[in-house]
Parts: sequence; C-alpha cells; structure tokens
Amino acid sequence: MTRKKRRLWLLLLCALGLGSATALTLTAFQDNLVFFRSPSDIAREAPQPDRAFRLGGLVETGSVVRETAPDGKPEARFRVTDGAHGVSVTYVGVLPDLFREGQGVVTLGKLGPDGTFRASEVLARHDETYMPPEVADALKKSGHWNPNQGAAPPAATWNTLEPASAQPRRGS
Amino acid sequence: METADTSPGARPLPLSAAPPRAGLHRFANPGRFLQLSGRVLPWLAAAAVLTLGVGLAWGLFLSPPDWQQGETVRILYVHVPMAWLAMGGYAGLAVGSILSLIWRHPLADLACRELSPVGAMATALCLATGSLWGKPMWGTWWVWDARLTSVLVLFFLWLGHAALVRAFDDTERGARMGAILALIGAVNVPIVKFSVDWWNTLHQPASVTRLGAPGLHVDILYPLLVCGLGFSLAFAALVLARTRAAVMERRIRALQLAAARRADIA
Repeated sequence: MTRKKRRLWLLLLCALGLGSATALTLTAFQDNLVFFRSPSDIAREAPQPDRAFRLGGLVETGSVVRETAPDGKPEARFRVTDGAHGVSVTYVGVLPDLFREGQGVVTLGKLGPDGTFRASEVLARHDETYMPPEVADALKKSGHWNPNQGAAPPAATWNTLEPASAQPRRGS
Repeated sequence: METADTSPGARPLPLSAAPPRAGLHRFANPGRFLQLSGRVLPWLAAAAVLTLGVGLAWGLFLSPPDWQQGETVRILYVHVPMAWLAMGGYAGLAVGSILSLIWRHPLADLACRELSPVGAMATALCLATGSLWGKPMWGTWWVWDARLTSVLVLFFLWLGHAALVRAFDDTERGARMGAILALIGAVNVPIVKFSVDWWNTLHQPASVTRLGAPGLHVDILYPLLVCGLGFSLAFAALVLARTRAAVMERRIRALQLAAARRADIA
C-alpha cells in the first residue's frame, strides 16, 4: 500500500511540474501562438515594414470593390475591421466561396507605407453558428439579422425555430 | 486465471456478490473480464450499429443544409464525433495509464495497448474530414493555427503510444513506457480543447459546448448528437473486442508455453 501511495504522490508531483511548465511556456510564447493579428493590434503596435503577417477580422459592410486587374486577374479591395479599427486590404486572386461582407477573414501579406495591406492569400473564417437556409431567410426577412453587418443574433433566439413557419421568437 | 472462471454460472455474478478483494482489483481478473465483456459486447455492438444507422441517415440525408455552407456542412456529422473521440479516447488512455502505473493493473495495460490504434484512427479521420471541409470553406487544406497543430500533435501521440508499447520484448516494460508517454501527452488535451479560446485561430470556436445556447440549429444539432453517441458506442465496442482478443491471445500463449515446457520435461 505504501508503494502504491508513493507512486501516486510521485505521479501527482510530476503532473504538477509538467502542468506548470507547459502553462509557463504557453504564456511566454503567447504572441507566437496567435494565428492572426487584429486591426487594433496593428494600431497599437505597428508591424515592421516588409515583414509578412496575418491580419484577421470582419469584412467591413459596404467596403468590397471587385475589379479586374490589368492582367485580367480579379482584384478585390475591402476593409478588415474589428469594430474599433480598420485596415484597407487589396488582393489579386480568387476569393474563397464564403467571402462576403460581414464575414470573418484571415489575410496574409505585408503592410505598405501607405497603410494599405497587400494580401497574397485570403482565407474565409467560418463562425460557430450553423442554421438551415429557411431559418436564415426568416431572420433576414424579419429584420433580426443582416449577415452583411456581422455575426448572427444570440443562438437562443433562433436555434429551435421551425424552419417551415419560421418566425423569430418575440423579445429577441 | 484458471479456465474454470470463464464458464457461466460457475460462480456468483461478480458485481452482485460481495467483492472478494477491495477496490479496482475486483475487475483485474482477466477471466471475469472475459465473462462480463462477452455478455456486454453483442449488445454494445448492436446498439452502435442501430444508433449509427439512425444518426448517419438523419445527418446525411434528412437534415437541412447550412445557409452558407450548403451540403458541405454534412462533413460535420463525422468530423465532430471523431474530434470528440480523439480527445475523449485520449482522456481514457490517461486514466488507463494511471491505473497501470500506480495499481499495476494488468487489464489496464492491455486496454491501453488496444485503445491507441483505434484512437489514432479516429484522430486521422478527424484531420482528414477537417481538411476536406477546409478547402471549400476556408480556401485551404491546412493552416498551422493552434487548433489544427495541437490535433496533429495528438495524432502523433496516439501513433507514438501505439508504437512504443509494442517496441519492447518485455511487454510489461513496454506498457509502463507507453503509460508514461500517454500521461506526458495528456497535457495536450486541454490545449486542443481550449486552443480556440486562448488564441485566435482560423478554426471556429466550440458550437455545442459553448456558454449559453448551442450555435447549431436543433435540426443540425440533434443528428450530430445521435452520430456522436453512435460513433462513441462503435469506438467502445471496437476497443472492447480488441481487448478481449488480446486477453485470449495472452492466455493461448501461456498455454502453449506450458505445453512446450511439459514436452521438454517428458
């Protein structure tokens, strides 16, 4: 019994040591573990010029301009915002299917001297909500949600809606 | 360990009878394990087939598409249960490893050894289905964000455990090394789970287990929960069947050794 107890204590001590070591390491590398930086991060601490990084946020409503570059490739200009700050982005290439105003995106590129972010890659970011088309239509029609403006309303107001006779619950 | 243990009715039901020895050692007897698991396994397998059939039919054919993902959302019904099993199975591996390290539980050794290939398979399926979803939705097969990277590490931990326990001629030594690796790797499980909350990632945060209401409409949530239950039952049935086979294999090897020894003496 004593040997079992000793092994138990040894294991607990090891777990404690390993756990705190991991926590310290992760906290120390916090800045390197984030996948993208938000426009507020950029405003607070300007990135080094000519250094590529990822910029993430929502595509600002009404900011998307789609053009054709001189060489015939599609070009898009839009602003990435996190509510407090925004950054203008230009991108030449094919955008992902989920790209739209109000959608989350993560772009990779460099910040130019004029403050415009030149992206070489644009990824769409899906949020954690899933709803049938009928429910989304009902929310849009009733004016409870405009997807171009950003995230869906609180899930409790729609996640049990009957798709057939979708009418958002009162008080939402 | 004598064969008389396995014949049904030879002794009172282990669970209803007063425990002959205290604590977990009640279940340490391989004979009793074979008897009990033999009775449970057919029911478990049948429940898994039934639940999985209902869940997959509901999820893949009857549930609605998503308003912006379209039919691609159906990958969710395999991807999310596999992710749950990859993490839940690893938590099970950690518990088994504690039992084997501290209590030297022989059945825990075998169960851990048989659990890791199944867990590796679930994690591989989680990564593969996630990648298939990522290409049309995000626009990329793979990114090195905290969630995806930590799940890849989880996959390597599963593979490493499966390889390490089989790398020693002395099976008990292999089991102990595997248990140590499994417990060190357990630190990765909370990292996988909370990576989407601690750091910003391309991967979306949790939908089902978030504060407040689940972010899924019930027409998508319910088939997902049924699929999750079905895959979990199938996972449990697979691991149980593999552990039974391992116990019987060990028994046959012991009998063969004994026979060889008798032949040597004669």
